[in-house]
Amino acid sequence: MSRTASRALLILLLAAATSPVEAAGVREFVSSDWSTQIVRFFTLQDASVRFALIGSVLLGLSCGLLGSFIVVRKMALMGDALSHAVLPGVAIGFLWNMTKDPLAILIGATIAGLLGTFLVSAISRTTRLKEDAALGLVLATFFAIGICLVTMIQRLPTGNKSGLDKFLFGQAAALSAEDITLMAIVTSIAVVMVVAFYKELLASSFDPGFSRSIGLPTRWIHHGLMLLLTASVVIALQAVGVVLVSAMLITPASAAYLLTDRLHRLVVMAAAFGVGAGMAGAFLSFVGPSLPTGPLMVIGASALFSAAFLFGPRHGVVARWLLRRRGAARTQRENTLKSMFHVMEATQFRTEGVTLHDLAIRRRETIDDAQRLGRDLVRHGLATLSGDALYFTPSGRKRAGEIVRNHRLWELYLTQSANIAADHVHEDAEKIEHILGESVVRDLERRLGYATFDPHGRAIPSARTIHGGDARREGGNGSGK
Amino acid sequence: MNAMIPAFDPHAVLVAPWTENLSLFGWIAAMGFAVTSACGLVGNYLMLRRMALMGDAVSHSVLPGLVAAFLVTSSRGTLPMFAGALAAGVFTTIAIESIHKLTRVKQDAAIGITFSTLFAIGVVMTSLYAAQVDLDADCVLYGEIAFVPLEPMVSVGGVVLGPVPFVRMAAVLLMVGLLIVAFYKELLVSAFDPGLARSLGTNPTLMHYGLMAALSVVVVSAFESVGAILVVAMLILPGATASLLSTRLSRVHLLSLVHAAISSWLGVTLGVWLDCSIAAAMVVAGALLFALVWIVSPSEGLIARWRRRRRAVLPSALSDDSNPVPEAK
Repeated sequence: MSRTASRALLILLLAAATSPVEAAGVREFVSSDWSTQIVRFFTLQDASVRFALIGSVLLGLSCGLLGSFIVVRKMALMGDALSHAVLPGVAIGFLWNMTKDPLAILIGATIAGLLGTFLVSAISRTTRLKEDAALGLVLATFFAIGICLVTMIQRLPTGNKSGLDKFLFGQAAALSAEDITLMAIVTSIAVVMVVAFYKELLASSFDPGFSRSIGLPTRWIHHGLMLLLTASVVIALQAVGVVLVSAMLITPASAAYLLTDRLHRLVVMAAAFGVGAGMAGAFLSFVGPSLPTGPLMVIGASALFSAAFLFGPRHGVVARWLLRRRGAARTQRENTLKSMFHVMEATQFRTEGVTLHDLAIRRRETIDDAQRLGRDLVRHGLATLSGDALYFTPSGRKRAGEIVRNHRLWELYLTQSANIAADHVHEDAEKIEHILGESVVRDLERRLGYATFDPHGRAIPSARTIHGGDARREGGNGSGK
Repeated sequence: MNAMIPAFDPHAVLVAPWTENLSLFGWIAAMGFAVTSACGLVGNYLMLRRMALMGDAVSHSVLPGLVAAFLVTSSRGTLPMFAGALAAGVFTTIAIESIHKLTRVKQDAAIGITFSTLFAIGVVMTSLYAAQVDLDADCVLYGEIAFVPLEPMVSVGGVVLGPVPFVRMAAVLLMVGLLIVAFYKELLVSAFDPGLARSLGTNPTLMHYGLMAALSVVVVSAFESVGAILVVAMLILPGATASLLSTRLSRVHLLSLVHAAISSWLGVTLGVWLDCSIAAAMVVAGALLFALVWIVSPSEGLIARWRRRRRAVLPSALSDDSNPVPEAK
């Protein structure tokens, strides 16, 4: 956990450290084509670039950090409702003294956001409406109130320059020094709170019942999280905009969710992804002609998510597809081994090898198919092919015995313990034979009294016969690991 | 602050829109009614199926489809618009399903990721091709219903039917109404009991995609006048209000239409008085109606609940103190 904290703080410090860097005085840029813009961005010579960059780093950090909790708590769309619900608060905060005072806007928006979340739970608690309907209702209604107020403000003589329209889609370049200060404060509070209460957040996110039973104030943890969430949505508003800020909560955290199973790694990765997406958005928005920042940040975050979705090492689509394919290939090899075993069993194991001809007849396939399957076994060191006969290698012999044993044990188990008719158990055993592990097999053997015959009257290979000479040499303890 | 809320001029607010300015506000109110009732009817089924947030998702994701249709055909014709919206709607549904089925990301997060991505792409496209697309970024959010009367009029055989967006929306409303009448039983059963629906020979998957298609068409026809976000309120508010007053689906439909009519009238009034976005004012009016019903509804309202609870908790206390019964001890 301290690692999480130190890494998060490191990012924060790095962001702060880059701010005072004055760029080399390159002033002769007059044209503003994209290459010039790129140079201007990376040399950080404009204050607006520095502010935009620091701002997007800060908002990416706080949104990613808190977003990971709403993703694991399955409250993703609460973030959406919250982000739309703050709009009237922003307008009222502006009306307070008719300027874009960051603090007044923060307070107004926080109150509106909390009122929105309160209304969602009140509606779904006291009426027949489901929570999703309540969420959508509150979200869109608060947004409509906000739009009414914003259009009324824009009609005012001073309102035209209010810059409130920047709150809809975000413009990172419009961030001021005060905005940055406020963002830094809120982000630091969020980081400190998450670090300090990490254990409580972890417990209450995954097992609310358990956390209540050990005396954690889960309701207060929930409210505290909502408060932090609202504050971080509000500081992100000006750069990302009301409409898309929820994506900065959900998307980086979901991408991280596909890459790790540990919450502390999830939090750090989500924060890092948020920072990456934020910087990418700030960059593209600066380079492109008058593009809003928010949508670009969201596209950045979605690109990260797509990468995790496709290429994540464990939960990615490609990895899972490969795993399934590998599993299918293994099942096929094991079925070939089993067929070889059956052919040899038919001659009471008097022959050493199995001809491709016999294998093909057994599997009701062509000789070519049998040859292909045989070659696959040879490639994996499970059999050798000489002439047109296949011979088990020791490991192939062992695996074949295990598969046949698993199949027959399972059939026996189903007929004896589950009272399923003997002619109904084959299909099920065909599937499970590839999955049963050694310890389950031991358990099955014990439960079935070390039976020697399956329901169809065929011998169940025992550990001794499967392991052949090895088991005898080791003293016949039969536990063949 | 006072400069913001104009004085309430009864004539200008209550009378003028319906007399001297009827040619303007009449069409706006009619458009509001057509949008809100079509959305409300479709929304009722979304809510029954607990898919209210699919409305949110589809309303955001039709934007890139709409922009792509504008760019490809360089026209604002109805047909390319519908085609773009349908493609976007179906794509959204499939994307959400596959994220949610292929990975361990939960459905709500999958919805959030999908629609925000598509919407972001749509907004960037609108900004990049602003000249060709003729949709400005703010209009994408809350539409511009006040421009409806300025659109070219459609007339058939000398009879003026109305501005293009209104005629299109009215046709969509009519279509939604006819579909509901034709498939009332199938929709009802598949919403409440998909298993029974299947055994009665209705294909629930077909119903699901049909509903999504209807949703996309309704949302895209409403898009230019009410935008991507307010349409969510119009999908949910009429049905939510109606379902607090009745439990029969047919009555909920009728009450939704009543809600749509009142909220579009009240919305125009509010919008004229406060001089703000009329579409947003219609949603605020609809929300006020919801709040009113939430408080006073005879079966589900807060007052009724409070009274029921009081009666349930304190039966003896009530009979002892407040209404002394002439007792026979």
